[in-house]
Amino acid sequence: MTPALLEIADLRVTYRSASGEVPALRGIDLTIEAGQKVGIAGESGCGKSTLALSLLRLLPRGARATGRICFEGEDILTMGWGRLRAVRWSEASIVFQGAMHSLNPVRQVGSQVLEPILLHEEVEQAEARARVSRLFEDVGLAASTAHAYPHQLSGGQRQRVMIAMALACSPRLVVADEPTSALDVMVQAQILRLVDRLVTGQGIGLVLISHDLSVLTSTCDRVAVMYAGRIVEEGPAAEVFAAPRHPYTAALVAAYPRIGDETARGKPGGLAGDPPDPQRLPAGCSFRPLCPVAVAECERLDPPLWPAGAGRQAACIHLRPSDVR
Amino acid sequence: MSAAQLAELRHTFALDKPVVVQFGDYLLRLAHGDLGVSFQYRTPVLRLILEHLGATVYLVGTATLLAAALGLWLGARTAWRRGGAADRANTAIALTLWSVPTFWLGLILIVVFAVGVGPIPGLFPTGGISAPGVTGIFPVVADRLAHLVLPCLTLVAVLYAQYLLIMRSSLLDEMGEDYLTTARAKGLRDTEVLRRHAVPNALLPTVTLVFLQLGTVVSGAVLVEAVFSWPGLGSLFYQALTVPDLPLLQGLFLFFSASVIVMNLLAELLCPLLDPRVRTG
Repeated sequence: MTPALLEIADLRVTYRSASGEVPALRGIDLTIEAGQKVGIAGESGCGKSTLALSLLRLLPRGARATGRICFEGEDILTMGWGRLRAVRWSEASIVFQGAMHSLNPVRQVGSQVLEPILLHEEVEQAEARARVSRLFEDVGLAASTAHAYPHQLSGGQRQRVMIAMALACSPRLVVADEPTSALDVMVQAQILRLVDRLVTGQGIGLVLISHDLSVLTSTCDRVAVMYAGRIVEEGPAAEVFAAPRHPYTAALVAAYPRIGDETARGKPGGLAGDPPDPQRLPAGCSFRPLCPVAVAECERLDPPLWPAGAGRQAACIHLRPSDVR
Repeated sequence: MSAAQLAELRHTFALDKPVVVQFGDYLLRLAHGDLGVSFQYRTPVLRLILEHLGATVYLVGTATLLAAALGLWLGARTAWRRGGAADRANTAIALTLWSVPTFWLGLILIVVFAVGVGPIPGLFPTGGISAPGVTGIFPVVADRLAHLVLPCLTLVAVLYAQYLLIMRSSLLDEMGEDYLTTARAKGLRDTEVLRRHAVPNALLPTVTLVFLQLGTVVSGAVLVEAVFSWPGLGSLFYQALTVPDLPLLQGLFLFFSASVIVMNLLAELLCPLLDPRVRTG
């Protein structure tokens, strides 16, 4: 049996700060098969971006990651620097959020797309340049855009450049961290269709990180919902959002108004408080203080992911199998 | 000196006219590129300045190039490894040298390396720009370089801290930027991320400041030139002060101010070449 494209097991990340260790990820388990499109949902501060950065070991100094991130059977967290540099971009690449700052402001965008090609592959300059032109056409940009500087492009164009750059070395996995959050709605839809088309067409695995559930349902096969550094629910995208099994997912879904739904328009749902301070997590289930269906036992038990229907899991005490005490 | 001679001198330098008229005359001649005549040398001030300019450019130009190269290189290194032992040691040494009085450092270097202390022989000349009676291309070049070492070393030691600090702080500003994460994600080595992405961005504010600095360097070498009897603008200025040779001083002040303004202009012209955002903006 070939190993999964990406297999994350018990991934924990803590940041060192002046006031002590701050846990950002608290035991993430997630498997992505080749060509699969997986969405990661959750609100700001739940650890989505930390997860994206840790996949290529890009966390800032002062962050410590433990667990396993197996990429095609090799553990990213323990591989040597040389091997890691070779894996970066040529096998897994990232589309960062806010392409305004993710592109070097003083270099032409074409040369920035060219850079990883020349770095990872032994090709002639001319051939690599021709490939950059093709990449630009693939993402719907004129080949002449390659000579532009980032500040001369619109937000949508810059994000297209980022996508062209991410695909430059034909990776097996693309991680897109909020690729559309800085764009207006029309451009968002274009960019998402573009990512979807390119990734599906080339059989590339996709991790799409977003706080926007509609973005995830329209693009992804499966989604994982994160809360306070853990995955609280996981399953097929459409089912998870149509019939959430975890009360946090339910609250997240309720917070989005739906077209044609009169009650949601008058009274959008939401939570009565903020997520917990990662340095002072409540005992037991971290969602308990905000949970509408909490029971006394939630204070003692931090539930793991339990089966919650076909191909689905959720971490809630109400889903405890009868054989678990 | 007789009263008649004094009166004649006053008349020669037009000192017998009212001050307002003297100033008007000065401005009028200035407009024609005439800076007046030195009391002390009885030569046109402009010619004196041009005669001494070469020596100053030779010394200060060399020192500035070396100081900038050393400072920028060390600044980039210390910022990349900020907080480490090398960062703290380098910054401390640079700041100490910057705080040392220039003339004192020059004198110490003369005592140690030109006069000789204990086992150290006198390696370099104590002052001047060249020794008399040296002929042939190679001996002359060697002689010129030997005379350059100590004053140049003094200037570099005092100047490089500014370049180090400027580069260090501009690079630290860039360190948190997202495009550096992109560069690392592409699989570049840390040194390549630094050289190809971080430094070109950090150089932009640095270049402006270096050029502003260059303008003041011409006048800033007065103390070093005086200590090392270097026949440049600084020594000229120093001698003019002791007389005091007012037309010469005035001419030098004008020249120093002009060089600051010209360097500012150069910085303005250079920025668009380095930063595409300024070009279209």
